[in-house]
Amino acid sequence: MRRGDSILSKLDWVTVLLFFLIVIMGWLNIFAAVYDESTNPSIFDLSLNSGRQLMFIATSFILIITIMVIDFKFFDTFGYFIFGGIIFLLIFVLLFGREVAGSKSWFEIGAFRLQPSEFAKFATALAVAKFIGDTNFRMDRIKNQALLFGIIGLPAILIILQGDTGTALVYSVFLLVFFREGMSPILLLLGTAAAIIFILTLLVSNHLYLYGGIAIIAAVIIIFGKKSIRNIALTLAGAIVIAGVIRSVDYVITDVLKPHQQNRIKALINPDADPLGYGWNVTQSKIAIGSGQFFGRGYLNGTQTKYDFVPEQSTDFIFCTIAEEHGWLGSFVIIGLFVTFLLRIIFIAERQKWRFARVYGYGVACIIFFHFAVNIGMTIGLFPVIGIPLPMFSYGGSSLWAFTILIFILIKLDAHRMQVLVR
Amino acid sequence: MNQSRRYIIQLVMILTGLIFLVKLFSIQVLDSKYAEAATSNIIHRVIEYPYRGLVFDRNGKLIVYNTPQYNLIVVPTEVKNLDTAKFCEVFNIEKEVFIEKMEEAKDFSYVQPSIFIKQLSNQDLAYVQDYIVDFPGFDIQPRTTRAYAQPIMANALGYVSEINKNQLKRDTLDYYRQGDYIGQSGLEAYYEKQLRGRRGVKFKVKNVRGIEKGPYEDGEYDTLSIPGRNLVSTIDLDLQAYGEDLLQGKSGSIVAIEPASGEILSLVSGPSYDPSLLTGRKYSQNFSRISSDTLKPLFNRPLMAQYRPGSIFKIIQAMVALQEGVINPSTRIVCNRSIIGCHGPHSFEDLEGAIKHSCNPYFHNVMRRVVNQGVSDDTYEDTRIGLAKWRKHVESFGLGSPLGIDLPNEKSGMVPSVEYYDRAYRGEPWKYSNIYSIAIGEGENLVVPLQMANFASIVANRGYYYIPHLVKSIGDNGSPLPKYQEKHYTSVDPKHFDVAVEAMASVVESGTGQYRAKLKDIVVCGKTGTVQNDPMPDHSVFIAFAPKDDPKIAVSVYVEDAGQGARAAASIASLMIEKYLLGATERPFIEEYVKKGEFLY
Repeated sequence: MRRGDSILSKLDWVTVLLFFLIVIMGWLNIFAAVYDESTNPSIFDLSLNSGRQLMFIATSFILIITIMVIDFKFFDTFGYFIFGGIIFLLIFVLLFGREVAGSKSWFEIGAFRLQPSEFAKFATALAVAKFIGDTNFRMDRIKNQALLFGIIGLPAILIILQGDTGTALVYSVFLLVFFREGMSPILLLLGTAAAIIFILTLLVSNHLYLYGGIAIIAAVIIIFGKKSIRNIALTLAGAIVIAGVIRSVDYVITDVLKPHQQNRIKALINPDADPLGYGWNVTQSKIAIGSGQFFGRGYLNGTQTKYDFVPEQSTDFIFCTIAEEHGWLGSFVIIGLFVTFLLRIIFIAERQKWRFARVYGYGVACIIFFHFAVNIGMTIGLFPVIGIPLPMFSYGGSSLWAFTILIFILIKLDAHRMQVLVR
Repeated sequence: MNQSRRYIIQLVMILTGLIFLVKLFSIQVLDSKYAEAATSNIIHRVIEYPYRGLVFDRNGKLIVYNTPQYNLIVVPTEVKNLDTAKFCEVFNIEKEVFIEKMEEAKDFSYVQPSIFIKQLSNQDLAYVQDYIVDFPGFDIQPRTTRAYAQPIMANALGYVSEINKNQLKRDTLDYYRQGDYIGQSGLEAYYEKQLRGRRGVKFKVKNVRGIEKGPYEDGEYDTLSIPGRNLVSTIDLDLQAYGEDLLQGKSGSIVAIEPASGEILSLVSGPSYDPSLLTGRKYSQNFSRISSDTLKPLFNRPLMAQYRPGSIFKIIQAMVALQEGVINPSTRIVCNRSIIGCHGPHSFEDLEGAIKHSCNPYFHNVMRRVVNQGVSDDTYEDTRIGLAKWRKHVESFGLGSPLGIDLPNEKSGMVPSVEYYDRAYRGEPWKYSNIYSIAIGEGENLVVPLQMANFASIVANRGYYYIPHLVKSIGDNGSPLPKYQEKHYTSVDPKHFDVAVEAMASVVESGTGQYRAKLKDIVVCGKTGTVQNDPMPDHSVFIAFAPKDDPKIAVSVYVEDAGQGARAAASIASLMIEKYLLGATERPFIEEYVKKGEFLY
């Protein structure tokens, strides 16, 4: 590695290319989502989301150049500082922010609105990477684990307080990062199990069946397992805990969740119960996607998105536009592109010798994965409607800039991977 | 350290992508329900209902036309923040009814309009229009319903109503849709295909707020509505109205035909109803009231009421006997009242006199001559051969089967056959003495008033007829259906009819018809009939045509339970003739007599 080599020659161009492919496709589809043939608009029209998105794309180059110019060690050195700054902003927005659609998560600066919670993602990824990347870090220490949960919990709680539960949920994906870095899989498994129990509780209206099922499983384990007192006691305790969870799900659904959140879960389970009410989003989203069939209706010919049947079509439900206008083939291309992008990031993360960079890479991959999975999952009725954007694709300046920063910090770190001594 | 966990995470990501692709494949490619839902989301069928054809009378006067009516329609998705209590108050409906109708509408479609309240009247509309803006999702859709120039002719015109489930099922050509109107009886039903026109459909694209975004596929699937064809009726509206007036308060029928063409000048059924009762919002309420009326106003008597022909039948017997050559006009027969009763002072008449005096023994004898011509030595066999021959002749006068008028539900009447008597006597042998009452138009014979008017027409034409019909032109300058342009001859030679004409003229000149059917300047030919109707009073029957030479009108009149034919029926028939030929009666006392309606004394 010769010093003085241009940074450009060291960039991972595959990632950069994939990034811009996704961004450009997003921009074209935002235009399709807002397109109205009667006015025959231009994609560059600044009064349209597509025109503004182009502006956001253009400005993101400033961010990219800035990141490329900054010394790569800055992100390690100032990791906690950046994180602290963002936490401050999250508190600040809670006090002085502007409330939009029930969430107090926006700063208003002139005509533009900025959402600090979007930027909290990369900051948290930096903080987690710095914490784990520390030479003395050991994952098997309970104290370390507790601190890690503190790092991801702090922004999550602040964002929940803002009223944006969807964005807060993103932080749960750091469990995957922790898992990669050595945390016991038990927590992940427990989390998954809890989610399955939760959904089963909702799906099966008569809970007696669930209790019966648990009793039978417990009985099977006791009969065929090692018949030690300890095992039996553990199995019984486990069964009682699960039964308790089931019992409490009802409580959570009816007494803890807000009505619109309850409805989103109900819509997931039975969207046809009230297709005009809480099931509207999911029903219309599926109709739009389904109507694309194999080849799609063609660019700008999607009737469901064009005529506004799908809500939030340039932001959270942007995927409907692709699926309707480009059919299953289009869906395949987009999903393929995202999965390839994710695998490439993991590939980059894995080739880092510096643990900080690797952990940060995983943070990037997992955050994007969570958005991708939940966003598309909700449009096709596999997840409840959680209002988070499709990364780099959905309309929105804050979101686009935040993902640009998130990804290009990794690309910057990767470009300098040879300059790092293995520690 | 923990290198393998990398693969687990990669696997999770790839699996997620695969699950999405599989799920998308099932939604997008395997399941077509979403594509259909998308189409129904955006496409709104706007049906353009064609203007139903009008009906005019023979002089160009309007009889049936269309009048706008308004349906309240609802698109469930667009109903927002509805003040239900206010709505129910404005439209004067119960809350339960509202909920029920809303459910029905939602069952049909959330995004397509369905009818919420049918046929608001003009007054309702005026009141409701101010409020409709407060009820998003609801709209007023204009439709047309039938309206009538005069409250007459209900049974001949028939009525139009929404197509019912059975009719929809039987509509194998799949023309009709639920909510369409269809002619249910009368001309409306018979000429449904000509009157209805063709429905037009426009497919329009609408966005989620119901705002129109232009035609679907540039209007490639749109069709224009084609208005129905007008009908020019053969009816003389003034004559019809006059007939209905005369029959007011009575049960019976008046049929008037133009003999030279078979065109029906008036077709009166009494009692009747105001046809406008069976249009509009009150349709079902009125329909159940009218259809349960014990006087049966929906029963179209001219075509459906079957009576014994009575003495009128004697003219037919005379024609048949002349054709068979068993008598000639000068044949005289003794009025032997020991065989069968008779009336009036006469004893030994020739044919014309026998018809004029309605001599029962004469025609008893004539019928025997027709039936027993000695073709076979076996009396029983001879009777069978003779009766079959007789029946063929009688049927050629248009009796025993529906004539084929352009109205539904025409009854056939009855001309007894050999098989009929075989059945009636259950294989026991029978001969003329068993069946002789048919000789004088009693017994098993049955006719409907239309057939008797047609018979008067046959005599007026001296031996032929056109099938009576109510429509002379389909379209403004068209022609009637082909079957109404064919001349039908009876099996009796036209030369024999002169004696019938002379006899009928003398009935009016100096016989039973002289008191109430005789006119000053017009030679009327007629025949009274008094149809036994035990235990009720007899039915009064009269057939006539006039003028004797070059007849312009042939009439049959039936007045139920009104006694002798010479009274009610003869009066009405002659008044109809006067009205048609002269424009008004010259005998107001007869008109008064009819309107007073006291015929039994």
